[in-house]
Amino acid sequence: MEETAGDPKLNRREFIVRSIRVTAFLGLGGLAVLVAEKSGSGETVWQLDPSKCIQCGRCATNCVLAHSAVRCTHVYAMCGYCDLCGGYFKPGTKTLNTAAENQLCPTNAIKRKFVEDPFFEYTIDEPLCIGCGKCVKGCGAFGNGSLQLQVRQNICVHCNQCSIARSCPAEAFSRVPAKKPYLLKQITLEGPKSGG
Amino acid sequence: MKKIRVIFIFVVLLSLQFMNAYGVQRFPKPDFESGYLQPETLQPSARAGLLAIMDVSVLALALALVSWLVLKKRSRTGVFWTSVFSLAYFGFYRQGCVCSIGAIQNVTLALFDKSYVIPLAVLAFFILPLVFTLFFGRTFCAGVCPFGAMQDLVSFRPQKPDPRLNAVLGMMPYIYLGLAVLYAATGSDFIICRYDPFVGIFRFNASFGMLIFSGTLLVSGIFIARPYCRYLCPYGVLLNWASRFSWRHLTITPDKCIQCRLCEESCPYDAIDIPVVDLNPEGRSVTARKLILVSLLVPFFIVLGGWTGSRLHETLAGVNGKVRLAKILLEPERYRDQPEPFEVTAYKSSGKPLTVVYDEAAGVLRRFYTGGWLLGCFIGLVFGMILAGRLLTRYSTDYTPNKGACFSCARCVDYCPVEKNGTKEVKP
Ligand code: SF4
Ligand code: SF4
Ligand code: SF4
Ligand code: SF4
Repeated sequence: MEETAGDPKLNRREFIVRSIRVTAFLGLGGLAVLVAEKSGSGETVWQLDPSKCIQCGRCATNCVLAHSAVRCTHVYAMCGYCDLCGGYFKPGTKTLNTAAENQLCPTNAIKRKFVEDPFFEYTIDEPLCIGCGKCVKGCGAFGNGSLQLQVRQNICVHCNQCSIARSCPAEAFSRVPAKKPYLLKQITLEGPKSGG
Repeated sequence: MKKIRVIFIFVVLLSLQFMNAYGVQRFPKPDFESGYLQPETLQPSARAGLLAIMDVSVLALALALVSWLVLKKRSRTGVFWTSVFSLAYFGFYRQGCVCSIGAIQNVTLALFDKSYVIPLAVLAFFILPLVFTLFFGRTFCAGVCPFGAMQDLVSFRPQKPDPRLNAVLGMMPYIYLGLAVLYAATGSDFIICRYDPFVGIFRFNASFGMLIFSGTLLVSGIFIARPYCRYLCPYGVLLNWASRFSWRHLTITPDKCIQCRLCEESCPYDAIDIPVVDLNPEGRSVTARKLILVSLLVPFFIVLGGWTGSRLHETLAGVNGKVRLAKILLEPERYRDQPEPFEVTAYKSSGKPLTVVYDEAAGVLRRFYTGGWLLGCFIGLVFGMILAGRLLTRYSTDYTPNKGACFSCARCVDYCPVEKNGTKEVKP
């Protein structure tokens, strides 16, 4: 369409288009201000709250990555260094040795190392861990709960919407500031609970 | 002694199966005598925030570059190579997250959820392409969007789809946009991310279902150029609106159109408006009658759509986790013979009172009722407008890109024989 200065119809059209354009600009600007007012300059990342997690196993299967970004994390400061580790051994294990059939972990990702009598150190071989949470369940049930699932931020590809978050039955996932990207439960110094 | 402990623990395990006995310091921290040093719990951090600044800069630079290539240089080759770069950077290097399309949901969530803090980079990804489009047309689609670039690369044999089918399929992006906003506003889900067909390719892994979806899309993309862009992309809707009112826009001819018809078949996206010359203009009364029909039809579709949407609100709300949980808890018989759903286990261990769960779910349902009305009205309005567009004829004399639908890919430019100063050098 040619722009003929003398054609009033075209001028009117051009005027309407221009007004809408200006309105759209103002609208976008307004939206940006409205939203940016409470926006942080820092990024957020996904993390799960171990105190809500019930170790359902979906963390292992529902990540967009074939090998989930959720892995078991060991908070050594909470560990009792037990010989009979509830996270390491299958329930009912008779001989406490490192035989594969005794281990709870399906990929044998937990390494058991003797420290001094009667203490053992447990280390997660992170590349082997699949985030299934079996050990976490065991440790939480009769250990100190020092094994906890966490999104490992160096592995996570930071999906806009975490695909585990939407299927987590415990709603344990949330966006946390990238500056403080872990939600590890730290030591709670209470005595043994009754029944526990 | 050990044996007894093992048995004891076994019993405890059974009794504790579904109890959340989490984080209890049952065994004291040992006092090591051998000088054992307790290892640090490693907490590797995420990508540095600096890189977010880099992403936004690359986005802005790429937008500026493509706009210059399209409007000043009129270079298809330039646009092509920029799009290859964008595909490599935003697609394969940055692995497709966050993208402008998905950012719609973050902005929506930020508007509706007071506790959600939207990162500035995400906001920039939403705003910048729209601003550029208001200035220069959809140059974002031409060479910056990795989705567009991906599909552009495979469109070897573009065919023209049937115009009616085209119009019907053309409704889908609006529906998709409406649903995405509804689900983001209610904090239920980010469906654009969930059904993102290309992210699996960028990351070299996708679920089987998604693989089939992206495969179908790419293969059909050989014959129907940019199927996602044209029949799905919700951000494309916003860009389409913005582009219609853009300040400048790509023109097929650098000077005056001579109606040589050489460009007629050049657009793989069917985005060139061919001249409609009024040799036999329809009478005023015919136009008036059509206008009356439209002004009756549009409100009718709006109300009809809204009503349908409100009817569907419970179905729509089924996606929401709170509603799902309440449904499960309300109908325990349905799960009697199966193992307890994880949702119930998690609910039990959370210690939340039942009334809170029901209240929350009822709140979500109410929002979906309103949302269902709005979504339906919106779809009805769009349907009415598209119908109106097909009823009313717009006359024009030249071959021009349709400002809304044109992706500014600059393919057609190479077909025009007219030179800058009006010299008509007709190529053979
Ligand atoms: S999906 Fe949720 S409940 Fe299941 S293991 Fe992961 S964090 Fe725990
Ligand atoms: S954000 Fe993505 S990569 Fe990270 S844990 Fe969630 S699904 Fe996996
Ligand atoms: S229409 Fe959507 S997917 Fe296609 S190039 Fe534009 S923004 Fe990207
Ligand atoms: S630039 Fe030309 S060929 Fe490309 S989409 Fe627009 S009208 Fe079609």
